[in-house]
Amino acid sequence: MSKIILTADDSVSIRQMVSFTLKSAGYEVVEAVDGHDALEKAKTKTTQLVLTDQNMPKMDGLTLIKSLRALPQYKSVPILMLTTEASDAMKAQGRAAGATGWLVKPFDPEKLLEVVKKVIG
Amino acid sequence: MKIDKSQFYQVFFEETGEHLVEMERLLINLDINAPHPDDLNAIFRAAHSIKGASSTFGFQDLSQIAHSLETALDKIRNGGLKLKDEMLDLFLQAGDLLKIQLAGHRDGIKVDPDAASGLCGRLEKIADEESCDQRNESGGQESGIRSQEESLDSESSKQRANASVEGEAPKALPLEGATQAPVIDPGYGFFEDIYSDSDTEKRSKENSGRRATDNPDTGLELVGRRASDRSVNKSQTDTSSIRVSVNKVDQLINQVGELVITQAMLAQTAAQVDAGTYEKLQHGLAQLERNTRDLQESVMGVRMMPISFAFGRFPRLVRDMAGKLNKEVELRMIGEETELDKGLIEKLVDPLTHLVRNSLDHGIESLEERIAAGKDPKGVITLRASHEGGNVIVEVSDDGSGLNREKILAKAMERGLPVSGSICDQEVWQLIFAPGFSTAEVVTDVSGRGVGMDVVKRNVQAIGGRVEIQSKQRCGSRFIIRLPLTLAIIEGMIVRVGYEVYIVPLISIIESIRPKRSEVKTIVGRGEVVEVHGEYVKITRLYRLFGVASDLIDPTKAVLVIAESAGEQVAILVDELVGKQQVVIKSIEQNFQRVDGIAGATILGDGQVAFILDIGGLLALAREKKGIGVSM
Repeated sequence: MSKIILTADDSVSIRQMVSFTLKSAGYEVVEAVDGHDALEKAKTKTTQLVLTDQNMPKMDGLTLIKSLRALPQYKSVPILMLTTEASDAMKAQGRAAGATGWLVKPFDPEKLLEVVKKVIG
Repeated sequence: MKIDKSQFYQVFFEETGEHLVEMERLLINLDINAPHPDDLNAIFRAAHSIKGASSTFGFQDLSQIAHSLETALDKIRNGGLKLKDEMLDLFLQAGDLLKIQLAGHRDGIKVDPDAASGLCGRLEKIADEESCDQRNESGGQESGIRSQEESLDSESSKQRANASVEGEAPKALPLEGATQAPVIDPGYGFFEDIYSDSDTEKRSKENSGRRATDNPDTGLELVGRRASDRSVNKSQTDTSSIRVSVNKVDQLINQVGELVITQAMLAQTAAQVDAGTYEKLQHGLAQLERNTRDLQESVMGVRMMPISFAFGRFPRLVRDMAGKLNKEVELRMIGEETELDKGLIEKLVDPLTHLVRNSLDHGIESLEERIAAGKDPKGVITLRASHEGGNVIVEVSDDGSGLNREKILAKAMERGLPVSGSICDQEVWQLIFAPGFSTAEVVTDVSGRGVGMDVVKRNVQAIGGRVEIQSKQRCGSRFIIRLPLTLAIIEGMIVRVGYEVYIVPLISIIESIRPKRSEVKTIVGRGEVVEVHGEYVKITRLYRLFGVASDLIDPTKAVLVIAESAGEQVAILVDELVGKQQVVIKSIEQNFQRVDGIAGATILGDGQVAFILDIGGLLALAREKKGIGVSM
């Protein structure tokens, strides 16, 4: 069975690119349009990896990560933040929220796959 | 594996276009003195999203403007900068420039790179100008961090461009007691050293046999959007929809139209066979009819779009024009979610723009006049859309001075139009649609350009609609456009006149009657009329109008179809009613020329061609040529 990845981003084009890239590599993808949507979808279906944007309407990435970590089934699921910046402050916040790692935007599809492969194979 | 990013460009263009529209809408509605934090955040996020997506897809010029905009907006959002009118103008200009650049990329046109740098400079200047100490006053902790992030963001993005920061950033990570994030590759990192390279290699080997085809679900979740789907809650729809070209949809509609004709033909043929013997056939045909109708409705639904696509441009237009005219105007929009055919929406934009400009220019009075008249200095223009039966009603109304009956009449006489002082208001208002009838300084006291209302009327008529006017002096005017839901198919009543058959749109029919002798009268100045429920309705004799031989010329022996358009009734004299049927409209105008009183043609089940009557056109004809109604 292929691994399921939950990806949250409010941008359709970026979501499409992420989704297309991951699907081409054989992953199953669940798309969410914001943090709130992602949390709802995560509750109904446990995924093997979560990729989330930081700046989103309704619920931002950091809040999503915190909320996911509060769910028993997401205690140890890897969560990567896709962020436009890799500042120390941002990383400290990401780490405190419970993120596993980060990927700086803009990124290429190849880079995304590289990171995902490292995390869940 | 190399993935071609250009396949996502189309979605990016649409998405960014939508962000720009949304940003403009929010900017225009912003209360300059007390901007709502939610709105400021939404505007900021739009700029942020544009920046993120354009840099991801490699449109550096877009991301540069969006970045400058974002920086300035962030300062305002965090209270570091007070919003001013000229900033709004600058933001709107930035939005315009983004639109131009975006269109340039989309259509492959070169854009001026200097225009962007000039504007970015101005944006950065306002961001710097007042980047004072106010930040911490109103910001609170979270926003304080955010603004810090964003300024860091700008730095890091600059540095990223030089490809120098990625390796350094993780090293500087101040995490005590943490496993130092290993610098695996520029651009990403992990907080814990759990994904070592050897581990990864093992995993990737385990999974090396996997292919895209191993995943049965891969093709199921289609991404993107149908053109008609961009409604308010797009977030719920866009993951489960597809993008289709309009041509394909039109083709589908045409084919369904043909199917409807075939089905009608079959039904007509089957009506002649013995129902007892062919019971199953009849049953099957009844089912076919139901299915065809459902299919047709679904296919029509694909072309439907919310009218907000036409309304969206007006907040900006009203803002800009009101500024130029030195008037205070508030634009209200009601029923933006009302759906109608995409083709109609596109063709509605021009007439609506005309009407809104007209209301702004001639309808709403100047500030001084409004104050003198005891009105709220701020004028109101309302755009309203709604469904009414099978029609869509689109209204442009203002609370301005209203139309001036005397001046219109005077002007009409000056122009040599055939008018008398006794005609009702409704008829007076219709005069402004006459070609060359300049509305300037005539209809209102406000001087300005005369807007060709005849063009408005022609445009609306071309899409099967009518324009009505209601007006009250000193209270304002209301222009009402009535449109069909769609142009392609209508429910029609087939009527026979001699050897010809015609279609009367069912939506216009009120009732069909055979009058008593005493109910048919001839009134001087109005011609032949019939009394229906105490009202006199003009009779139009179709055989005479279209020159068809008919023996049934006595209204008391023939049938009168009472039809209505724009609140006015007409009694159409026909030989008999044949039956109700859905008909596919084929344009006469496109293949021949416009014929007054005829909306189009259709092919009936037996292959016969029938004209579809245009009730509004018939009414106009009845007004012009009173002779056709006069009994011989």
